[in-house]
Amino acid sequence: MRYWGSWVMVWLLSALTGCGGEPWNSPYQAGEAGANTLYSSFSEQPKHLDPALSYNVNELQLITQIYEPPLQYHFLKQPYTLIPAAAELPEITYRDEQERPLPKDADEALIAYSDYEIRLIPGIRYQPHPAFVKTADGGFLYHDLRADQLKHIRGIGDFPQTDARELSAEDYVNQIKRLVHPKIHSPVAELMKQYIVGLDELEKTLAQAYAKQPAGYFDLRPYPLAGAQVLDQYRYRIRIKGKYPQFRFWLAMTFFAPVPWEAERFYSQAGLIEKNISLDWFPVGSGPYLMQENNPNRRMVLQRNPNFHGEFYPTEAPAEDRAAGLLADAGKAVPFIDRVVYILEKETIPYWNKFLQGYYDASGVSSDSFDQAIQFSQRGEAELTPDMRAKDVRLETAITPSVYYMGFNMLDPVVGGYSESRRKLRLAISIAIDYEEFISIFLNGRGIPAQGVLAPGLFGYSNDASGINPYVYEWDGQKPRRKSLDVAKRLMVEAGYPDGRDAAGGQPLVLYLDASSGGADDKSLFNWYRKQYAKLGIQLVIRTTDYNRFQQKIRDGNAQIYVWGWHADYPDPENFFFLLHGANAKVGKGGENASNYQNPEFDRLYEKMRNMDDTPERMALIAQLQEIARHDAPWVFAFHPQDFALHHGWYSNLKPTTMAYNNMKFRKLDPARRAAARAQWNQPVVWPLWLGLVLLVALVAPAWWTYRRRMAEKVL
Amino acid sequence: MIQYLIRRLLYAVPLLIGVNLLTFLLFFVVNSPDDMARMQLGQKHVTQEAVEKWKHERGYDLPLFWNDKAQGAAHLGQTIFYQKSVNLMLFRFGQSDTGRNIVNDIQERMWPSLAISVPSAIFGVTVNISLALLVVFFRRTYLEFWSMVLCVILMSISSLFYIIGGQFVIAKLLQLVPISGYSDGLGAIKFIILPILIGVVSGIGSGVRWYRAIFLEEAEKDYVRTARAKGLSDVQVLFRHVLRNALIPILTGVVVLIPFLFMGSLLTESFFSIPGLGSYTIDAINRQDFAIVRSMVYLGSVLYVVGLLLTDISYTLADPRVRLS
Repeated sequence: MRYWGSWVMVWLLSALTGCGGEPWNSPYQAGEAGANTLYSSFSEQPKHLDPALSYNVNELQLITQIYEPPLQYHFLKQPYTLIPAAAELPEITYRDEQERPLPKDADEALIAYSDYEIRLIPGIRYQPHPAFVKTADGGFLYHDLRADQLKHIRGIGDFPQTDARELSAEDYVNQIKRLVHPKIHSPVAELMKQYIVGLDELEKTLAQAYAKQPAGYFDLRPYPLAGAQVLDQYRYRIRIKGKYPQFRFWLAMTFFAPVPWEAERFYSQAGLIEKNISLDWFPVGSGPYLMQENNPNRRMVLQRNPNFHGEFYPTEAPAEDRAAGLLADAGKAVPFIDRVVYILEKETIPYWNKFLQGYYDASGVSSDSFDQAIQFSQRGEAELTPDMRAKDVRLETAITPSVYYMGFNMLDPVVGGYSESRRKLRLAISIAIDYEEFISIFLNGRGIPAQGVLAPGLFGYSNDASGINPYVYEWDGQKPRRKSLDVAKRLMVEAGYPDGRDAAGGQPLVLYLDASSGGADDKSLFNWYRKQYAKLGIQLVIRTTDYNRFQQKIRDGNAQIYVWGWHADYPDPENFFFLLHGANAKVGKGGENASNYQNPEFDRLYEKMRNMDDTPERMALIAQLQEIARHDAPWVFAFHPQDFALHHGWYSNLKPTTMAYNNMKFRKLDPARRAAARAQWNQPVVWPLWLGLVLLVALVAPAWWTYRRRMAEKVL
Repeated sequence: MIQYLIRRLLYAVPLLIGVNLLTFLLFFVVNSPDDMARMQLGQKHVTQEAVEKWKHERGYDLPLFWNDKAQGAAHLGQTIFYQKSVNLMLFRFGQSDTGRNIVNDIQERMWPSLAISVPSAIFGVTVNISLALLVVFFRRTYLEFWSMVLCVILMSISSLFYIIGGQFVIAKLLQLVPISGYSDGLGAIKFIILPILIGVVSGIGSGVRWYRAIFLEEAEKDYVRTARAKGLSDVQVLFRHVLRNALIPILTGVVVLIPFLFMGSLLTESFFSIPGLGSYTIDAINRQDFAIVRSMVYLGSVLYVVGLLLTDISYTLADPRVRLS
């Protein structure tokens, strides 16, 4: 009996401490301390991990490590440069209506089709997966699972056998067809139907065929697609309508990654779908990692893909990256990290504290922890606090290819329209809203004021005197300086609203800002907006509603002023200027031009610019487009956000990039250094427990004494 | 008693239909099927055709309650309400709007919730009853006074403060247990100690006051005086007589909660990263995933009905004079 008690105590202590000599507060299993495993987190479970569906950042951060589209972005080069991934750079041939080849510099009007011939790198194999396992007679072992086989299957790792095969051009074509699969609602299907020849027709054909067949696997292979044809095992051709140079960027996205038909066949089994084992949750790729575990309710684990064809760390980098030591591993084989564990962490405070304890290797900077982590130097530059430096925490910052703006509905009779008075009213507001102050107050300095439509880092963006918005800013010799409020007030007079009152009737000018929330946290933000408008005597009324209604108002053109943003799909100016293209207006056309801005000259220049190569001529057109947008002021150009990320010193090769997500393979850990730091930082402090016990005794003793006295009194 | 139980179960049917109807109404007042489709399809490049296709595939292109274009019973049958309700009533929850099997998710997520809520409830009730009995035992002494002051202070503090404070002191400063996380099997012990401790401590203030009120009411009754007059000690009187006679109100509060232990706690699970059911419904509301919302609300209603039934049955066990008829 005595031994039993001892064993129970040992067992409990083992369970509590992990039995591996690790700190008591380690959230990981015993023995994991020295492993080459990166620990990261997710706060919201991804909706989809199917490459035809995934479009959100949290999804792309996962699947880009698994799937290999034909191209990828160079890890270090700026501006963003496409390089081969699973295929060589495509060979592009322009063709006329009769499909005759045209020279590279052919007039865009003559180009009826663009052929992208893509040649795969031979020898690339998929990850080991049960979908590929064959029987002796050539069938597939797991394509028709019986109930007794399914009984013990809970995850994809429960299949005893796995196999792989070489990826082929057919897999890439299969994925392009999947964009219009009747059961898959790819977010890019509508866009791609405009460009890929025959995709629209294929969608209708597939819909009809799917309606006729019983539920289950729907084989896309028998249905040809004119715009995507297999040339041989390693070559395929995509035919685009007209000229669309931005298509090359799409080839670096997972929408164009290969999906083997065997995987679709395997995952179409009802027994697996019931267990949440589907292609949407367990990807099948050829990239550096494979999905070992996917429990979106708790954690997701990526494991090094043993079949990865191999890739090497880049050997070229800009001077600042060289200086930052980002070429220390140049030429070495990647990936460096064996395993990546993403853990569900819904709240920022526990996440931050675990980062400080060394249990997460990197962290963002939330507003709760900002002051603890970041301080600003006398020159206004963000730097780490002494506490963070003492822990050898590093700070990485990057301006995102995004733009936030306060939009005016150009259909609105008060702030919209193209008359000089309306334009001056919008310009006056643009000057009055002090976005430098906004960035300081609401973003903790994490952003830069926007000078136009384009985000930094893109072709055509300029950060010198030539790149400022001359209607709102002046160049003081070193940086842009917002024009004085007097200029804005003068514009108000010229617009017919001196001191914010209608010059004709004397009524105060009341404007309405539609916003999609209205929680307590937004109160200070809305007050700030009101204050900015009040500088010009304008009364701003904030109309808050839920995001659904807000979107509806924008779609219907019922909003007057709104705040919105855009994050680039790909690093090309076209992907920003299309937000003001007339054909892309929200009202009537359902596009992304939420301000419903219509300017024939802007549209003409945009249509000329969008399909051009990056030439000086294109640069000049971009400058003209910027000028028109700044002049007409359909937006108050607000800011470009800046990402701040922290990481421990043992975690290296981090180059913040918000366009390419497949960079896990380049990152590197020093597990021994991490284990030592964790052990040093996480010594348990036990004495307060003993103190608590003493206090408890002190508290109970008088009670016990009172009880004894009472009993004695009764006896007496 | 069997008849009583059958009658109560039959009463539950219109109740559950009503709850289902109310959930349906509330959800669709805020979210239209178009909104749901746009939420699932993302923010970029979404066309009306894609929205219509998404709705058609999931049956959200039907009218809500009444189908003018249909004939006969199909007026009601060919509606979103009917189509979505029939399977729900048979506990066929189907798939979420993101394609995950809801029953599978619930089965997976209920165990972490139970791992926290069951020990919290057992320890919580035990500690609260014990402390309340002690307070009653020491009534009219300085201990009772200061205990009540402490209880008022404890119950005035928000549960969020307990969680953040507990994490700060025990996990961050003293570094005794992990701040958050979860593991299967025995590995879960080190993760659930702190949330259980916080769950118990945060409930002491209100729990002790409530049980104390029940015990005090009993302690003033004649049978207690008689028991004392017969020479029983205070401890015997409290634990053998007062506690037993106070079981009815205690059971009213405790048994009804048992089914809800499955549902977990939103705050605790969020802050401790426990992959339970606590945040499942809230996440689904945020994602406008109606399939999960209606399933969880329906499950909650069923559990509530079961909880009330269990309470009634427990009365007969606690007090043989109670008859269910």
